[in-house]
Amino acid sequence: MQNQKTKNIMIVGVGGQGSLLASKLLGHLLLAQGYDVKVSEVHGMSQRGGSVVTYVRFGDRVYSPIIDEGEADYIVSFELLEAARWMKFLRAGGKIVTNTQQIDPMPVITGAAAYPENLVQKMQEKGADVDAMDCLSLANEAGSSKAVNLVLLGRLSHYFEDIPEEAWEEAIESCVPAKFLELNKKAFALGKAGA
Amino acid sequence: MKELMLGNKAVARGLYEAGCAFVSSYPGTPSTEITEEAVKYDEIYCEWAPNEKVAMEAAFGACLAGKRAFCAMKHVGLNVAADPLYTMSYTGVNAGMVIGVADDAGMHSSQNEQDSRHHAIASKVPMLEPSDSAEALEFAKIAYELSEEYDTPVLLKMCTRVAHSQSIVEPGQRRESSKSYEKNIAKYVMMPGNAIRRHPFVEERMEKLRDYAEHSPLNRVETGDSGIGIITSSTSYQYVKEVFGNDASVLKLGIANPLPVDLIRDFAGKVDTLYVVEELDPIIETHVRSLGLDVKGKELLPICGEFSQNLVAKALGREISESASIDEPIPPRPPVMCSGCPHRGLFYTLKKLGCTVLGDIGCYTLGAVAPLSSIEMTLCMGASISAAHGFNKALGAESEGKTVAVIGDSTFMHSGMTGLANIAYNQSNSTVIILDNSITGMTGHQQNPTTGYNIKGDPAGKINLEALCAAMGFESVQVVDPYRLDECERVIKEELAKEIPSVIISRRPCALLKYVKHSAPLRVDPDKCRSCKSCMKIGCPSISMKPDANGTVKACVDATQCVGCGVCQQLCPFDAFESCGKGE
Repeated sequence: MQNQKTKNIMIVGVGGQGSLLASKLLGHLLLAQGYDVKVSEVHGMSQRGGSVVTYVRFGDRVYSPIIDEGEADYIVSFELLEAARWMKFLRAGGKIVTNTQQIDPMPVITGAAAYPENLVQKMQEKGADVDAMDCLSLANEAGSSKAVNLVLLGRLSHYFEDIPEEAWEEAIESCVPAKFLELNKKAFALGKAGA
Repeated sequence: MKELMLGNKAVARGLYEAGCAFVSSYPGTPSTEITEEAVKYDEIYCEWAPNEKVAMEAAFGACLAGKRAFCAMKHVGLNVAADPLYTMSYTGVNAGMVIGVADDAGMHSSQNEQDSRHHAIASKVPMLEPSDSAEALEFAKIAYELSEEYDTPVLLKMCTRVAHSQSIVEPGQRRESSKSYEKNIAKYVMMPGNAIRRHPFVEERMEKLRDYAEHSPLNRVETGDSGIGIITSSTSYQYVKEVFGNDASVLKLGIANPLPVDLIRDFAGKVDTLYVVEELDPIIETHVRSLGLDVKGKELLPICGEFSQNLVAKALGREISESASIDEPIPPRPPVMCSGCPHRGLFYTLKKLGCTVLGDIGCYTLGAVAPLSSIEMTLCMGASISAAHGFNKALGAESEGKTVAVIGDSTFMHSGMTGLANIAYNQSNSTVIILDNSITGMTGHQQNPTTGYNIKGDPAGKINLEALCAAMGFESVQVVDPYRLDECERVIKEELAKEIPSVIISRRPCALLKYVKHSAPLRVDPDKCRSCKSCMKIGCPSISMKPDANGTVKACVDATQCVGCGVCQQLCPFDAFESCGKGE
């Protein structure tokens, strides 16, 4: 029942993977494009290696700070299992942009549960449009395993045809420390080009 | 200039613009960033206090002296600070005094889901309730005006979704504001003869504030379709607008206490069906019913947990979007102790020794989670020590030799010292373990009185835990390194065996602290690993069992996560763990 003009991006992953920079950068970018923007984050206990989600919403007038089931236009995932966990938040026709990296949660580590196999295929069978790529390798290629967030944003930018390249560049320059700028720009370009 | 700003940062901006000059707080999710942002303004003196009661009293002292003052805390922190709050309601203020309190519906990072509006009602203190960052900034400024105009402390109520959401604000300019201090015994000394005269003032003040609530722009009607009328506040307002837009009329309440009467009656009279949409307890709803109005609320909407647009839509009979999911179950991903967490080795030892562990509030509460499953009780800040004393007094020799209290350094400073004084005074044969990781961890690394640094990271006073325990009369105080399992086991056994109260300090800084240098990651020699899973008993997120080239399942270390703490190495009977090389 949401305001039709509001677009929804969810950023999901494992606590500590760097999703806060991704949401900061998106917020900066979308505000500069003249949209009303809301971004919701999770702080505190969940950050300790738990499943984390950040909501980014933009449009003419955004009310709720969160995204609900069936509403996300994009789910950007740092980890494969997390993409599947949050898939029910995707709207019909929405897109999942995900890293194929797998990080075992504690129930898998202790043997109490198994990490599901062929998740990309299973999500596609349920109607999700999934763009999966090995962002960790691309991040390493750019110079640091920590640049997975910029690889993912690069890939996401590929689908935002009405936001010019320069706007993304400006957002990266504003949100990333100068020391790591070249590395992050490279990661973004590699992500945009795709696997 | 428009800016995207976190709700908590917007509160800090509001404090700055209102001329606030003093902030004292104790960190607590989701309130922490207010103080962390306020400290960035040179015009505001900021500090971390040992607990919320001290913070509120310090802020009261500053307001008494004539400076606009503030303290922030999470909902349960207001319980700790309830004592000064309820009587500050009587004394009133000199310069403005605002108290930020952040509720955590959904318990993202809390031990209960209490609704702090009850404290506002019970203490007879006005409470403002913003619904986004722009209101957080604006309401913080208005709170100071109300505080001085009505001679009252003012509560500013945040919740997780307002505190930790960014939305657009337009920052303004700071206006300095201060008063001079004047001695006034009848107003500020709350002994019976004076307090008796202040109580009627409090009641009259609430009546005046009720008049204010009838006409204040903080309570507003948004006229839409008159078939449905919804009274709401805070983040619930955002969900209501998301679902209904202009398909309903909305009475948006920015003042949670006191609630208006005529405004509500008037609104109710203009709509066909009246709803109240509020998270947690039915406080507005009960008020509306007390006016004899027909209203729907908690029979449709839950008391437990947080709301969302879909929850509100379903409860009020609206359609929601379709969604799909994969068929097989997805393993949960609960929070875990980090790789290299100093708490891990200590809890492994306590489990191995079969100890009864009474726990406390902090990252180490995760010691209750499998596979460590060691902590058996967590109640509130400081309760580990007091409860261990009661447990041992109740069971005597049956429990004394195997029961321990575990409490972090910051929590110990917050409310552990008084419990320890009770053990020292009433002499239970209890063993207290202070988990000294040299920081307030869970809330995101805040300094505390044991770290030697203040909120800005500058050198500050440092309380010596060993000397403190000795001064209380503890004859047996030992320090252990929780990375050394043999040492932990020996010392815990020794202290439990003694027939006197004792303290063990488990000391090693949090592995996430920037100054902590880590060893190189470890790796498993697959030829040595016999798949015994001894290393899996510590619940380290860096270690898992994976098939090797021959399909045999062996221990495997994730080198991107491992910080080389070596705890797993000490558990391996086959010496299969080896270092990958040089650390940082």
